[in-house]
Amino acid sequence: MVTVKLENVTKIFRGGVEAVRDLNLEVKDGEFLVLLGPSGCGKTTTLLMIAGVYKPTKGYIYFDDKIVNDLEPKDRNIGMVFQSYALYPHMSVYENIAFPLRLKKLPKEEIDKRVREAASMLHIENLLDRRPSQLSGGQQQRVALARAVVKQPGLFLMDEPLSNLDAKIRIEVRAELKRLQRELGITTIYVTHDQAEAMSLADRIAVMNEGRLMQLGTPDELYYKPANTFVAGFIGAPAANLVEADVVETERGLELSMLGTRFPLPSDLAAAVQGVSRVVFMVRSEDVKISPGKGFFVYSAEWLGRETFVHIQAPDGTLLRVTLPPGQHVAVGEAVSVSFDYKKVHLYRPSGELIV
Amino acid sequence: MKLSREASKKVLVLVMLLPAAATITLFLAFPAALTVLISLTELDYRFQWIWCGVGNYAKLFNSPVLQFIVKATAIYVAGTLAFNTLMGLVIALVSTRVHEGLGTFIRAIWLLPRVLPSVVWALLMMWIFSPLEHGFLNSLIVKAGGKPIPWTFLYHWPFLFIVNGFIGSSLSGIVFSSAIKSIPQDYIIAARVDGASSFTIVRKIILPMIKWHIAFFVAYNTLSLIASFEYILLTLNGGPGFYSTEVMILHAYHLAFGQYMVAMDFGYAATIVTILLVIGLVLSIAYWRVFRLRRLMIEPKLE
Ligand SMILES: Nc1ncnc2c1ncn2[C@@H]1O[C@H](COP(=O)(O)OP(=O)(O)OP(=O)(O)O)[C@@H](O)[C@H]1O
Ligand SMILES: [Mg+2]
Repeated sequence: MVTVKLENVTKIFRGGVEAVRDLNLEVKDGEFLVLLGPSGCGKTTTLLMIAGVYKPTKGYIYFDDKIVNDLEPKDRNIGMVFQSYALYPHMSVYENIAFPLRLKKLPKEEIDKRVREAASMLHIENLLDRRPSQLSGGQQQRVALARAVVKQPGLFLMDEPLSNLDAKIRIEVRAELKRLQRELGITTIYVTHDQAEAMSLADRIAVMNEGRLMQLGTPDELYYKPANTFVAGFIGAPAANLVEADVVETERGLELSMLGTRFPLPSDLAAAVQGVSRVVFMVRSEDVKISPGKGFFVYSAEWLGRETFVHIQAPDGTLLRVTLPPGQHVAVGEAVSVSFDYKKVHLYRPSGELIV
Repeated sequence: MKLSREASKKVLVLVMLLPAAATITLFLAFPAALTVLISLTELDYRFQWIWCGVGNYAKLFNSPVLQFIVKATAIYVAGTLAFNTLMGLVIALVSTRVHEGLGTFIRAIWLLPRVLPSVVWALLMMWIFSPLEHGFLNSLIVKAGGKPIPWTFLYHWPFLFIVNGFIGSSLSGIVFSSAIKSIPQDYIIAARVDGASSFTIVRKIILPMIKWHIAFFVAYNTLSLIASFEYILLTLNGGPGFYSTEVMILHAYHLAFGQYMVAMDFGYAATIVTILLVIGLVLSIAYWRVFRLRRLMIEPKLE
């Protein structure tokens, strides 16, 4: 439908708040891109700049090859969905969906046809006569989606559309949304602060923090190769372990001094940290192996149904998050020793950039 | 004696309602009843309670003045109400559209006429719209080479709408702008993205969403305008000419308090006030029905 490109986009609000800084991003035709980041990192601001509601302070926004900085929101052909749904309370569901078409002054029959099409796509045909206040949250969100779909836009912009729904409905509407986007092939930019939602929906994810892009990549790339400690800590549940470590040289080679003990580094990792004295060691909970031994203690254990999630207390008191494979069980208080799957471990500079 | 639960509950409710009921009786029901009673007498400067039945009513309905004061009341209430409501909407829309600080400033400026002593405000307006060439507007016109315009003679109604409206619209402006400010921004953004012009947004989104506030103001303002005459009294005092701006309540005032010993026709004046009371009551019920004020009072329409 449309390719969106952001080039050095910066937004500084009156009063000096720098909400977005030097953002470069390209969203491919038909792609589902998720803007992910903690509260206040500038996701909504970015989305509203793409919608044309805010103007970038610096930089350019392109739709295909055209700079759209000065294009009015109504001329951008976008369908927007909000966390609040923003359904007009004084209009019926039908009128809500028809609203964008009425503004385009389409003929009555055409409007009716398209409203019914959109409604059937979202399974809300039987709700058309109701008022938004007579609908459940999930139904309201479907109406909001129908209102975006009915315009046949070139671009969907969605700002946390599922955050107000309860867990079960959220997963249901999420699947619906993904199916709809696939079917229609409309380029979509979707904002959320929920990393699980981002991972399940996105073709690619742009992780933002404090107005800046931290990493842009597929869910796999973000999970297996986080570009910095922020992404490493933000993506994945349970959160990855991030531990500060000193690199020390011994006659046996390089070792990491951390958690109150020493871990010898395999040769490939050792080569990469040659000459570095401090690193941040990152390992996901499922890549920590524990076995009967000594030095570490099982601090707590939660059985999650298939696997067990445990906290292991290191000799220096740090708690490590560990997911045990199905079948393995430990008792709280048990003494264990710990090893890592070094193929999946990452090392970062103390400033946050990836070393290996 | 032991009271059943139901009965003790009822007693409790009655006790709780007592202060409100007492206040209403003392300040509303009692004066209203007294007014009705006085209207059935020939009470005047002698302060003698002489019953005359519906004599005062007969006199009023046969009076040639009646048609003038009814017409004046209708024009005054409708015109001022329209001015207040529309001006309030304009103030609200403009002051919520501009920068927050400026918006507050506009609304604060608009409050000035209300906090000014009424005589000062009346004097100021009479100076601005004076028909003589030393009046503010006319002096400007004369300076620009034009001929002075007899404002208050040619345009006495618009003059009164303005004198009253600058005060009434400060209230409606504040009510409407706080209503507009509480409309979530998402609605406006959604409408803009869908292609609505500012005018369409006002008409299709903002006005419907604040219609309860408008309804409340219209109802409240009609009732207060029926009983208001302060600024007419201070400025045109029923003129110019024959009863041209003599609204009913002003006429009642003139009959009762117009001139010491000469007027003081309390019984006859009370007749007009009684009729206004009835009109007010009927309008209240009508508004209650039409605007479903009951629903307005039960559910908050905007958080
Ligand atoms: N209109 C505005 N004026 C001034 N500052 C603003 C405005 N809108 C947002 N900000 C500020 O810009 C920063 C980014 O806000 P934004 O709404 O884009 O965050 P977000 O990532 O969408 O957060 P959330 O997940 O809480 O919605 C915040 O610090 C916010 O306070
Ligand atoms: Mg946001």
